[in-house]
Amino acid sequence: MNVLDFARAFFADSAHWHGYDGIPTRFAEHIGYCLEALAIAAVIGLPVGLLTGHTGRGGNALALLATAGRALPSFGLLVLMFIWIGLGLLPVMIPLVVLAVPPILVTTYEAVRSVDPSPVDAARGMGMPEARVLFQVEVPVALPLILSGLRTAAVQIVSTATIAAYVSLGGLGRYIIDGLYQKDYAKVVGGAALVAGLALVTLAVFWAVARLAVSPGVRRGGRG
Amino acid sequence: MSGFFDLPSDLGQSWLGLVGLHLREALLPVLAGLLVSLPVAQLCVRFRWIYPPVLGIATILYAIPSLAFFVVLIDYFGQSETTVMIPLALYSLVVLVPAIVDGVRSVPPETLAAAQAMGFGAVRRYFQVQLPLAVPAIIAGLRVATVSSISLVSVGMLIGNQGALGNMLYAAQTYGRPALAVNAVLTIGVLGMLADAALVLLRLLLTPWMPRKGAGR
Repeated sequence: MNVLDFARAFFADSAHWHGYDGIPTRFAEHIGYCLEALAIAAVIGLPVGLLTGHTGRGGNALALLATAGRALPSFGLLVLMFIWIGLGLLPVMIPLVVLAVPPILVTTYEAVRSVDPSPVDAARGMGMPEARVLFQVEVPVALPLILSGLRTAAVQIVSTATIAAYVSLGGLGRYIIDGLYQKDYAKVVGGAALVAGLALVTLAVFWAVARLAVSPGVRRGGRG
Repeated sequence: MSGFFDLPSDLGQSWLGLVGLHLREALLPVLAGLLVSLPVAQLCVRFRWIYPPVLGIATILYAIPSLAFFVVLIDYFGQSETTVMIPLALYSLVVLVPAIVDGVRSVPPETLAAAQAMGFGAVRRYFQVQLPLAVPAIIAGLRVATVSSISLVSVGMLIGNQGALGNMLYAAQTYGRPALAVNAVLTIGVLGMLADAALVLLRLLLTPWMPRKGAGR
């Protein structure tokens, strides 16, 4: 059997489509974890990134923090938090947020930093207060890059959220972990295919959001 | 009372032994990824139309969780280091190919024209002009690939203790010694940051023409 046969066997099994261990349930759980982690990471990363990008200070500290965040192993953090905190959603959210904050933070910082200074100066010259300069001039221009940081974070969360299954939570990782222990490779391949599919959907959603949210003027002149 | 660096004997390694094993399992794939991505990126620069499909395939590969990769590869390579290293090599390919393509493409056309005017052939121009000028972009890609590779090795623990330092996580659970998990996470984190710093240093050595102030790119 090759990988495609495994996938076919998994998706053809009607037992995988209903009930507690069915694909719809696992999908909903997985999306739930991902959205929650992305929301927490965005609430932490976006304001700090915007502020440091606007003032231009703290870039080195951010770079260091980002490297530290990337260097800490998500799976190791999960096991450690599981030992310390016990079962629950919190031990899963901590590694996912640690994973997702660095790309959001660094990209947002870089995005605001790299906005063309002349319109920013013009806005200041017109007497705009700093907050309006940030939100009405810098953020709209930086939006494509800011969204790309969020997109990177989201895709990584989608694929890493599978580790939640190791601490007996749900999500698409259940198929992969259970498949590992049951030596049921069809299940593993099916789970992996679902995760990859969800990652592609995530990319598509971000593409659509960028299409709708980025001002046409920025899109035309922009760096794509 | 066991010390912070005393490991249970069933890990079969000292702490330093695990560090060496971890580095080998993490860095060999990145090296392999670099060796493969150089020609692939060159193809993508030469024939523009293959770049989008290559990126598409790479994105899908990247989205597959490492554990799923490991489990499927067990069928072919057993519970071995190879099984852990193949996905890591693929992941670093995904990061490195776009980095190298962007780096090589960003060399200004005047520079290339100047090299050509000096009589450089395509091969010599690539190795002596394009590649050196792409070093900052390549190193930026290598930093991401290396750090994430070091952190991902730990997942190998789940497939028959092939996770090097990650194996301490299992021992931490089995023997109820949280300190072992702390040790694993910290050691892996520090290794990642050291590798990152080493790459920054390498870039400084390889790009003496670049301005030195600030964090650079």
